[in-house]
Amino acid sequence: MTAAVHFARDSRDQTVRHVRAFLRQPWWIVVTLMQPIIWLLLFGALFEKVVDIPGFTGDNYLTFLAPGVVVMTALFSSGWAGMPVIEDLDRGVMDRMLVTPVRRGALIAGRIAQGALMLLIQSVIIVGLALAVGATFDGGVEGVLALFAVSILLGMIFGTLSIAMALIVRHEETLIAIVTGVTLPLTFLSTAFQQKDLLPGWMQTVADVNPVNWAVEAGREAVSAVPDWGFVASRAGFLAALTLVCGAFATRAFRAYQKSV
Amino acid sequence: MEHAIEARALRKTYPADVRALDGLDFAVEPGTVFGLLGPNGAGKSTAVKILTTLSRADAGTASIAGHDVVAAADAVRRSIGVVAQKAGVDREATGRENLRLQGQMYGLRGRALEDRIDALLDRFGLTDAADRIGRTYSGGMQRRLDIAMALVHQPSVLFLDEPTTGLDPEVRADMWREIERLSTDQGITVLLTTHYLEEADRLAKQLAIVDRGKVVARGTPEELKADLRGDAVVVELEGAYDGEVTRALERVEGLREVTVEGTALRARSDDGARAVPHVLQALEAGGVRVASVTVARPSLDDVYLRYAGRTFDAAEKEENR
Repeated sequence: MTAAVHFARDSRDQTVRHVRAFLRQPWWIVVTLMQPIIWLLLFGALFEKVVDIPGFTGDNYLTFLAPGVVVMTALFSSGWAGMPVIEDLDRGVMDRMLVTPVRRGALIAGRIAQGALMLLIQSVIIVGLALAVGATFDGGVEGVLALFAVSILLGMIFGTLSIAMALIVRHEETLIAIVTGVTLPLTFLSTAFQQKDLLPGWMQTVADVNPVNWAVEAGREAVSAVPDWGFVASRAGFLAALTLVCGAFATRAFRAYQKSV
Repeated sequence: MEHAIEARALRKTYPADVRALDGLDFAVEPGTVFGLLGPNGAGKSTAVKILTTLSRADAGTASIAGHDVVAAADAVRRSIGVVAQKAGVDREATGRENLRLQGQMYGLRGRALEDRIDALLDRFGLTDAADRIGRTYSGGMQRRLDIAMALVHQPSVLFLDEPTTGLDPEVRADMWREIERLSTDQGITVLLTTHYLEEADRLAKQLAIVDRGKVVARGTPEELKADLRGDAVVVELEGAYDGEVTRALERVEGLREVTVEGTALRARSDDGARAVPHVLQALEAGGVRVASVTVARPSLDDVYLRYAGRTFDAAEKEENR
């Protein structure tokens, strides 16, 4: 059997494990939705008047904000992907798996696939809620699906990074500090809340190389009335390339872990 | 005959200069139970991690059924089952689901896998609990599930790292019967690490006593004990004395290997019963007050004292500091 078939089969088996654990605690999705709902409702109300700033295009701040909230949810949810990995390490589950012939990459892929499924459910709920409070998605269904795709790609990037960090630091408190220290600044250094040309100059420069902003801009473009699909595809391409790099990094993190035990 | 397990001059140092293995050497014959006996911190678990491909040695080589643990890690993984100190049970999955995923990781599928799972559940008394979630299992049930998982792919070599630590005496006795059954009925080679002398004595056909990352003695439990001629005489003193007290006993005829550790004075004699009055006399003459005296046949604890230069308890305390 070829290595690819092995990997796919191992990944599927691991995905089943994680999806099943998730289905046994479905209320978890409600907990993880608290934050984006607060972003959407609170920030939506707080910055309602942003549309009045000269130079802001559009007249509905919720429509502007909603794609950003979908992307942020992907970032924040996936940032915690490493936490259950630390639990597996502490309980000896990881060590048990590492002495079997299972592909190391599949141990990551299974968690990422489950995370992607959860993100999809969350994104549908957020879009539904945004529509209910008055946001519009002029690009229609295909625009929204493209928004989901870039959000999930971003989720895969930060999910694999979180898993890699979990294998390296192996300490919940340290991982929490890293995740919080990375995700919040990256959110505010993006155009999630504010149009790019209204950001300070240095922030615009940072936003250009911020993967969170790639996803926000691509997602917002995709749901606009007349999307520039070339722009969406280029940002999606950046995100996909980064996903592969992070996946390779996380797989290598197993080696660092095994060297240390 | 090819050895089932072979470790040659294994060395491993952890960061901060913690030397876990310092030239560990041993070989295990197929189909036997081999015991690695030593206090916590002696390097037993590190040895198991290296032999099971989880960790890597800094120097030295090791092989399982002829496969090198580094160069042929995948072949080694297919030959071994591992029961580590931590249960390693997925607490969010049922017993059956745990077993199924374990089998799938070895490429087992379908009917063959399901039949194997049913057989293992039955054999380890878990059939009724099979569809309950792992977190509801007692410590003993988790241990049984853990061993069942390690056997799902029918390995030829089984590693049991402190398998009975933290179990009730009753559950421990069950576990011992199970381990005996594995090697006698199925011809599985078992490497057992333990810091229970009684456990090593009862289960292991061959033993290696490990101290500070090295094998300090090896042989069958009987051979190791027979090496110590005569009885152990243990005198419990009232209050601690220094080495001075041993000098008083050196003149007692037939008494050897006199050591003192805290309030315990130990010596060896070909005829313990006859030596006791002389020992008491010598101590009294030296002004040493005695709380109690016991005479015993040699135990593995005595073996340990002889080869490691300290008693098992003292070594355990030292390593845990």
